[in-house]
Amino acid sequence: MTPERPPLPVIIAAAVAIAFFLIPIAGLIARAPWATAVEELTRPEALAALRVSFVVSVASTILAVFFGVPLAWLYARVAFPGRDVVRALTTLPMILPPVVGGVALLFAFGRAGLIGPVLDGLFGIRLSFTTLAAVLAAFFVSAPFLVLTVEAGLRSMDRRFEEAARTLGAGRWLVFRDVTLPLIGPSLFAGAVLAWARGLGEFGATITFAGNLPGVTQTLPLAVLVALESRPEVALMLSLLLLAISAVVLVALRDRYLRLA
Amino acid sequence: MSRLFVLACLSLVVGCTPSLGRPGEASAAGAITVFAASSLTDAFTKAGAVFEGRVPGADITFNFGSSSTLATQITNGAPADVFASADEPNMQKVVDAELVDGSPSVFAGNHLEIAVAPGNPKRIAALADLARPGIIVILAAPTVPAGRYALESLNKAGVSLSPASQEIDVRAVLNKVALGEADAGIVYVTDVVSAGTRVTGVAIQERYQVIGRYPIAVTRSATKPTLAHAFVDYLLSSDGQQLLAGFGFSRP
Repeated sequence: MTPERPPLPVIIAAAVAIAFFLIPIAGLIARAPWATAVEELTRPEALAALRVSFVVSVASTILAVFFGVPLAWLYARVAFPGRDVVRALTTLPMILPPVVGGVALLFAFGRAGLIGPVLDGLFGIRLSFTTLAAVLAAFFVSAPFLVLTVEAGLRSMDRRFEEAARTLGAGRWLVFRDVTLPLIGPSLFAGAVLAWARGLGEFGATITFAGNLPGVTQTLPLAVLVALESRPEVALMLSLLLLAISAVVLVALRDRYLRLA
Repeated sequence: MSRLFVLACLSLVVGCTPSLGRPGEASAAGAITVFAASSLTDAFTKAGAVFEGRVPGADITFNFGSSSTLATQITNGAPADVFASADEPNMQKVVDAELVDGSPSVFAGNHLEIAVAPGNPKRIAALADLARPGIIVILAAPTVPAGRYALESLNKAGVSLSPASQEIDVRAVLNKVALGEADAGIVYVTDVVSAGTRVTGVAIQERYQVIGRYPIAVTRSATKPTLAHAFVDYLLSSDGQQLLAGFGFSRP
């Protein structure tokens, strides 16, 4: 069968969509100060933002794996009462406007928030305007990506391998470490990369909850906004850097998300 | 010439005869978009409502944001009819891009004040107190006028401090003080007025003051230049100035 020629309206609509996605990227590339690219990216404010973003996104991903995998396991394997409601609530940050998340975090962990004064009184921990606050903001918005991806992996894996290992006398931890984890490895990797990328791009919750201080809470997206008003060249180069990272993430995940067949 | 005449008529109508609504003034009807610094939010919202009441058919839409963002938007082609900046450098960017019709007029001034929690529990009395250990101070980012003025003021007073955050605009500074996240922030007098009982204002001594000057201009791309000029003239009129004073602005 020879392939049928696609209908013209479809081609036009698709072409408009492609142009809409590509033109802004072309705009960034066209306006970028390539001649001084390295100079712009190694300015102190750019380096500080790179460092903060690296620390914040990696720390929040570690937290997401450490707390997210057990949570995903619970969702996938234990039918506790109210599971669907709890799962929906913990997925909320994925679709909530990040600023709302930031306000919520502020009202919870802020100095005058729900448990902020308790943290301060008992442990002397003050989160506002600290790097830890930026980490928590990133964790809040990004962990659900990992939880959902890992839960899907746990649900779709063949559980007979676990059962076989159990009948052969392996303990639950051993089964999890040597059987379950390798089987859900690709899901865990994809979830961690998604969560990391989401944390790296986090803006709204960070600016609201953690504030904006160069070298402490000013992550790349915040630095882009501030630099846009003082040094647009730095903003452009940092934007391109974030764009490149996003492209790398997509390539890394291509087997999982880009190939439908 | 004829436009100037219409303009003069309009400013008369707007300035002196509040309820005139004859069909002859139909040329003033229409919609304009005013880009204004975020510190003008409350005052301009009120001024816009008053102006719409005086000029039948007039419809003003506001776009509030930091002056630098607004200037960037306008120089990149955003459809503003009027631009009101919280400082002169940002207005100058738009003037330099040859996007201003005529020349800007300064229509208001704004003093700085220290915003603290209601009742001033930390007993902050002057700029020097902000450098006390344990006091969490936040400022606006040095890229926005309020942040730059705050640094100038601290310099004049010889106070050096490390702020806990450089907020994106002055309203964020105010809100975080009102929420109790920071002990103090340097904001405009008008912000303290608009916050009501949520914060207490501590005056800054006259010799350390930095007064923000607010220029306003009609853009060259204005779709309704007559109406745009009429709004500017209203703000410069004694009625407009009185309204602005009610929000804490000083005369230019």
